[in-house]
Amino acid sequence: MKSLRWRKFVDRFWTVASGAGVVLALVPLLSLLWLVLSQGTANLSLSFFTHLPAPVGESGGGVGNGIVGTFLLVAIASAIALPVGIGAGVFLAEKGDGRVGDAIRFVTEVLSGVPSIVIGIVAYGLVVERMKRFSALAGGLALALLMVPTLARSTEEFIRLVPGALREASLALGVPKWKTSLRVVLRTAAGGIVTAVLLAVARAAGETAPLLFTSLNNQYWNLEPDQPTASLTVQIFNYAISPYEDWHHKAWTAALVLLLLVGLLNLLARVLSRNRMEAAR
Amino acid sequence: MTAGLILAELGGQSLLAFHKLGLIHFLAGSDWDPVQDKFGALPFIYGTLVTSGIALLVAVPVSVGLALFLSEMGPKALRRPVAFGIEVLAAIPSVIFGLWGLFVLVPWLRDAVEPALQAVLGFLPFFDGPPIGLGYLAAGLILAIMILPTVASVTIEVLKTVPLPLKEGALALGATRWEAIRMTVLPYARPGIVGAALLGLGRALGETMAVTMVIGNAPEIHASLFAPGYSLPAVIANEFAEATGNVHVSALAALGLVLFGLTVLLNALAHLLIRAVSQGAPRGAP
Repeated sequence: MKSLRWRKFVDRFWTVASGAGVVLALVPLLSLLWLVLSQGTANLSLSFFTHLPAPVGESGGGVGNGIVGTFLLVAIASAIALPVGIGAGVFLAEKGDGRVGDAIRFVTEVLSGVPSIVIGIVAYGLVVERMKRFSALAGGLALALLMVPTLARSTEEFIRLVPGALREASLALGVPKWKTSLRVVLRTAAGGIVTAVLLAVARAAGETAPLLFTSLNNQYWNLEPDQPTASLTVQIFNYAISPYEDWHHKAWTAALVLLLLVGLLNLLARVLSRNRMEAAR
Repeated sequence: MTAGLILAELGGQSLLAFHKLGLIHFLAGSDWDPVQDKFGALPFIYGTLVTSGIALLVAVPVSVGLALFLSEMGPKALRRPVAFGIEVLAAIPSVIFGLWGLFVLVPWLRDAVEPALQAVLGFLPFFDGPPIGLGYLAAGLILAIMILPTVASVTIEVLKTVPLPLKEGALALGATRWEAIRMTVLPYARPGIVGAALLGLGRALGETMAVTMVIGNAPEIHASLFAPGYSLPAVIANEFAEATGNVHVSALAALGLVLFGLTVLLNALAHLLIRAVSQGAPRGAP
């Protein structure tokens, strides 16, 4: 047995070492947040939100079309993913105890681990190749495929949290089973599901990789789902890898806008889930 | 529910490439020259594995340290802010990590870290060549930062499942806090920590944007970590939209299939390990 002094020293050493882990993890985070804030606010102006991108060499210009494009893409994605994801979640919670449920659960688990770029290839094959052109629809579909697994899982979890007595009470009053699921169980779980939706939307809005070859990019305003569309994330990417100093500044500013958008959605989700927890108490 | 059908689509697309190029030839070839219709996947597989390896080597010790600090050793007042920081880290879009990597991490590596490493360990082949910043090391480090929240949060969950009496027993027998952790907590949680690392690895393999922006994008194989390379997701991201010719497109889709296979395998393994811990009865727990 080593001396007590040595053992205490080793104990202290590992405490400090694990503390170093915390520091190492937080330094990049703080550096990143600081730079996005400081670099991003330097060029922030109202016209950045409302104007089209300016050509190289010209000052001014913004990412207005990218912001609109991101909203369009997320809207398309939500229109596809919300019914499918929530529907799958309801199915899993209500009827998913058999072999079919296990199979679906396994598939969603696998799907949630699939890299987003691979999802992009799938959307390319399904939409771009058939339509012979890049489109917002393809990008939206790719984002939807990314949202479905997480939505299905969290919907299932929240529905399983609904007290059984509530369901039984409704059934005992003679309400049919489907109506109970829809009007009683789903409504009770709604708060949780909204949180899950917000988080999924935030993730989709920050996604870049599958958009590169589905919605591509666009220098102009676009609201047509069958046309290529700009998005904030792809614009950040293009600005960042460009050789122009001016565009690098724009990349930081666009990153700030994206971070604010994603942060806002996350914050909203957080506030909602906290309110619900307090209400349940 | 349509999920299963969609996976078939990917398979169909890339089968075409395997057919035209030959499976072995495709996977083991190291020439990638779309102009001459030469498609070898090896530089990308190599780059993906090397960068993910670096990421794991860096992220796992840091995450385990962080998780132990948060759940066992650190002051309670720090727990909430640090946990919040980790959540924020997890929510940041990957393209912003890439931006930060390109303009902060890469210059720092080029001007400070790589010359220093070279001065001390320059005789090793891993630290050979001019320090240009862009390359395997930069990509590995940015991946480490990105998978850290995954590994750390799963590790924290795993540590929570360690039965308290186990640790209390060790403490009651006179062990110091670290000894109790080393002899009871860590052995019990080990399979789960391995599972957390595998989940992180799965994320690292598929991460696209940040890697694309800092790896240098050269389809070559180098022993040196300073050299520019390429990874599976990065080449798909860069070339897919502009790919001309059916073979090029389906070769890229085939790279996607390789990537898909790797991640599915890893994720399945990780989930099995984590489930084994959370259901108790791990091997080797005293």
